[in-house]
Amino acid sequence: MAPAPSRGLALLRATGPAGIASAIVLVVAAFAAVFGPLLAPYDPNLPNLSLAWVGPVGGHLLGYDFEGRDVLSRLLAGAQTTMLGPLAAVVISVPAGTLLAVTAAWRRGASDAVISSSLNILFTFPAILLALLAAAVFGASLVAAVLALSAAYTPYVARVLRGAALKERTQAYVAALEVQGAPATSVCLRHLIPNIAPLIVAQATILFGYAMVDLAAISFLGLGVQPPTANWGVMISENQAGLLQGYPLPALAAGACIVLVVIAVNVLGERLFEQARVARR
Amino acid sequence: MASLFIASFVIFAALYLAPGNPVAALSGGRPLPPGSIRVLDQRYHLNEPFLAQYWYWLDNALHGNLGISITLRENVSTLIASRIWTTAGLVLYASVIIVVLGVGAGIASGLRPGRLDTSTLVVTAISAAIPAFVAAIGLIVVFAVKLRWFPALGNGTGFLSNIRHFTLPAVALAVASLAIVARVTRAAVREESDREHVQTAVSRGIPARHVIWRHIVRNAAIPITTITGITIASLIAVAAVVETAFSLNGLGAYLVQAAQSKDIAVVQGISLVLVTAFVVVNLLMDVLYAALDPRVTLGSQPR
Repeated sequence: MAPAPSRGLALLRATGPAGIASAIVLVVAAFAAVFGPLLAPYDPNLPNLSLAWVGPVGGHLLGYDFEGRDVLSRLLAGAQTTMLGPLAAVVISVPAGTLLAVTAAWRRGASDAVISSSLNILFTFPAILLALLAAAVFGASLVAAVLALSAAYTPYVARVLRGAALKERTQAYVAALEVQGAPATSVCLRHLIPNIAPLIVAQATILFGYAMVDLAAISFLGLGVQPPTANWGVMISENQAGLLQGYPLPALAAGACIVLVVIAVNVLGERLFEQARVARR
Repeated sequence: MASLFIASFVIFAALYLAPGNPVAALSGGRPLPPGSIRVLDQRYHLNEPFLAQYWYWLDNALHGNLGISITLRENVSTLIASRIWTTAGLVLYASVIIVVLGVGAGIASGLRPGRLDTSTLVVTAISAAIPAFVAAIGLIVVFAVKLRWFPALGNGTGFLSNIRHFTLPAVALAVASLAIVARVTRAAVREESDREHVQTAVSRGIPARHVIWRHIVRNAAIPITTITGITIASLIAVAAVVETAFSLNGLGAYLVQAAQSKDIAVVQGISLVLVTAFVVVNLLMDVLYAALDPRVTLGSQPR
């Protein structure tokens, strides 16, 4: 049910110059996430203590980190864990939230009540707290953090989509299809979900930004991606000592990368939400 | 209240399932004679069924006894009590910044379309994307290392020193939320000022101040309160990140250490305190709603 590429392009064009600029940032970031380790000019994990904290010199645009590793190479290699982790959280929580929202909206009554109240319990756990609990139970790892964040985001997705799904449920075409004897799953999969798809895409985009911030924060706390694996959150914490010693570049460079990608995600997500709202009127 | 009860159960159950032998944890891994194991089993109810253990834990927790930290060998309640004011002070300081600057900037830019409004939109779009720990390192570099206006690390002693030490952490905690609150406030104010009753009030010659406060801001107060409440509640968990970045000895930073060292009693205790705080802030918001909006009555289930 993927929209045709031409439709995607039209959608992008409608998001305006800021939207296009954001899309470009995201394409570059995605490229780094996939090919980063191959693009890295030097070995991102090879320490050389005699070069620790050395600033930018020929061939090493961003200098060396606290262990004398090339900062640019670590940024490129680190794009992978920094962005594929949040992507996984979105890929888990958006379908799960959609499923819950559509089930609640379709069946209404008792199912809706059960789903809504169990989601309300998950709401009492902030995402970061859930990730800290997961780290305490399963040990610190990227997988535990991603699963915890997915569990924390699912109710947010479900809450936003439930309203839209409920509205769609009362549309005349749904009643018409039901009268014709179309099975519920096929009405949902072929008609209802495609009709709220713009909203789902917008929600997924915004969520990716949240996931990236939360996951980088958890890795910064030492409870997500483990060093020496390159990751933008890990790079900030391992180079934090440099701030006070007058070598802020490695930590700031990693921070700037996070901020740049999150701005792009937010701008694009906001535009997509606007598009979805206009389309639904 | 019910959700808090279930949340406490989730916290206990999750950590009950955590791998590791509690007796080994209590003894620090040393082998113990069978007699001592029996004493420990009895004292901590280790041989009783899961639900009974949960009940003992909850009963003790409600009486202020959260068990003993295996790493620090001290009462978890005492450890929490000595750190709770750092976190509460930090969140409160950040909340004041968010309400004053976020709501203030939102109202100002919502009322005056033009250059101020455009620049607010650009600035908030950027700062909404700055995570607390990135803000923390930026602030340390500029205001602690370069300008030396504020200390980079630690709590400080005495009220004024506390304020100085907490300023950068509170700003770091507030930056992203501030921007979100400002944007939502601006949108709400803009929407209200376009309403017909506002146009009518203006055309009838009612003073601008009166129109702004009674007709625009009063009506926009509900979405503003919602977003402010949500963001302030979320600060409770994010405080852990800021406390770690600035080496403040608050609950969050302690929770992070406890999670790393698998100090289960501490993780359970702090999680319970944080979830309770989260629920209480949300409850306060509901009360505030009822005060702001005469249509909302407490006790009914809105939505």
